[in-house]
Amino acid sequence: MAPQQVKPVGGFSFENYTRNAVLETKGAKPPKATSTGTTIVGVIYDKGVCLGADTRATEGPIVADKNCEKIHYLAPNLYCCGAGTAADTEFTTNSISSQLELHRLSTGRKTRVVTAMTLLKQMLFRYQGHIGAALVLGGYDINGPQLYTIYPHGSTDKLPYVTMGSGSLAAMSVFESKWRPNLTREEAIAIVSEAIEAGIFNDLGSGSNVDVCVIEENSTDYLRNHVRPNERGIKEQSYRYPRGTTAILKESIRNFVDVVEGDAMDMS
Amino acid sequence: MSLKPGEVNLGTSIMAVAFNGGVIVGADSRTTTGSYIANRVTDKLTKVHDLIYCCRSGSAADTQAVADIVQYYLQMYSVQQDEPPTVHVAATLFQEMCYQNKDQLSAGIIVAGWDKKKGGTVYNIPLGGALIQQPFAIGGSGSTYIYGYCDSQYKDNMTREECIEFVKNSLALAMSRDGSSGGVIRMAVITEKGVERLFVPGDKLPVHWQG
Repeated sequence: MAPQQVKPVGGFSFENYTRNAVLETKGAKPPKATSTGTTIVGVIYDKGVCLGADTRATEGPIVADKNCEKIHYLAPNLYCCGAGTAADTEFTTNSISSQLELHRLSTGRKTRVVTAMTLLKQMLFRYQGHIGAALVLGGYDINGPQLYTIYPHGSTDKLPYVTMGSGSLAAMSVFESKWRPNLTREEAIAIVSEAIEAGIFNDLGSGSNVDVCVIEENSTDYLRNHVRPNERGIKEQSYRYPRGTTAILKESIRNFVDVVEGDAMDMS
Repeated sequence: MSLKPGEVNLGTSIMAVAFNGGVIVGADSRTTTGSYIANRVTDKLTKVHDLIYCCRSGSAADTQAVADIVQYYLQMYSVQQDEPPTVHVAATLFQEMCYQNKDQLSAGIIVAGWDKKKGGTVYNIPLGGALIQQPFAIGGSGSTYIYGYCDSQYKDNMTREECIEFVKNSLALAMSRDGSSGGVIRMAVITEKGVERLFVPGDKLPVHWQG
């Protein structure tokens, strides 16, 4: 009898863990994960929450993706920025998003920010930091706009403005000098863009464009590439050699085969 | 267990003091990841029941996870028993979690609150998972600097105001000497009547010898 094929059901697979550990002791180098050396931020304003992210993904010193998406969907009123291991942030947010959708279907209520936060922190804590997902969670529920940071080990903070990722220091310096209470929507988008740009320009792990997501009571606006400060300019000059730069000294064409017309194909 | 690389640390100054009529819990507000302050206005005083709080030190993730579980147990307890849990019950739950998982946790917790049986009570649960009842307890990395001060200043049956001053001064001294502590002072006065939260901003801290 043929062995029963097991249908993949999703989730993390640890089946090669022991094998890889043995290979590593024999000197094999583990593959590098794509890391979103990142700048992600969030800020609460008078009637909503505004999230921001850069769009560079790196593999060591290589830019793996110049325009990736780091603001992930969790629910219509909930979005989540991810820093750390790209695969882990993508996977974690997808998994929680799915659980929240089922929870919504079963309760018939709008998802609360704490619900998502608790699911995320309990999952990350269970994996003891091995899931390298550092998240900025923002959303709007019956308690108004809320903003959390979630660390890979499962600790959370609740703050009016937050930054994470390798560019968090540059971004935080913008917030610490320019943030004030009760920002308007436009001011919030502006300060978020400026914080992300600080990361893009001052942190090597961050770059390219600014993505913004604005969540209010009855609206969610995902502003993909809200600012594009790294547009490739038009070159002032063409460096192509004009035709005829290299002189033709001689030309010779030789026929290696003889082309002979055969009989007409029989199409009957 | 030592902190894992990249783990968020509550290098902390926390304390709880019983006075006549209740207890006061207090803490600084600094959370660090290595040399970076991840949160300068952290609330390390976590409510686990109406009149029971805990002060968290050690790994932020571990202490939050433990406090969340104990909070859930106490909520179930108060519904099933139809009465609020005593501080001793809360402290025992914390100890159980901290002792049985001692190999995987780095959590130093002070549990304090008010109950009908004993009034204001303070329990200390240090790293190994012991459970010690004390008239006052200090904890976290900053506490090492103020053992002498606290021992010399503590008095039995202080008034509410005396007790607030004692906590404020002790924490300010710890925060000034310990690099992993700082920010603001957060306090909670827990009495039979309820909980009153107090806040001392970073520029209004009591000033001692500055050199």
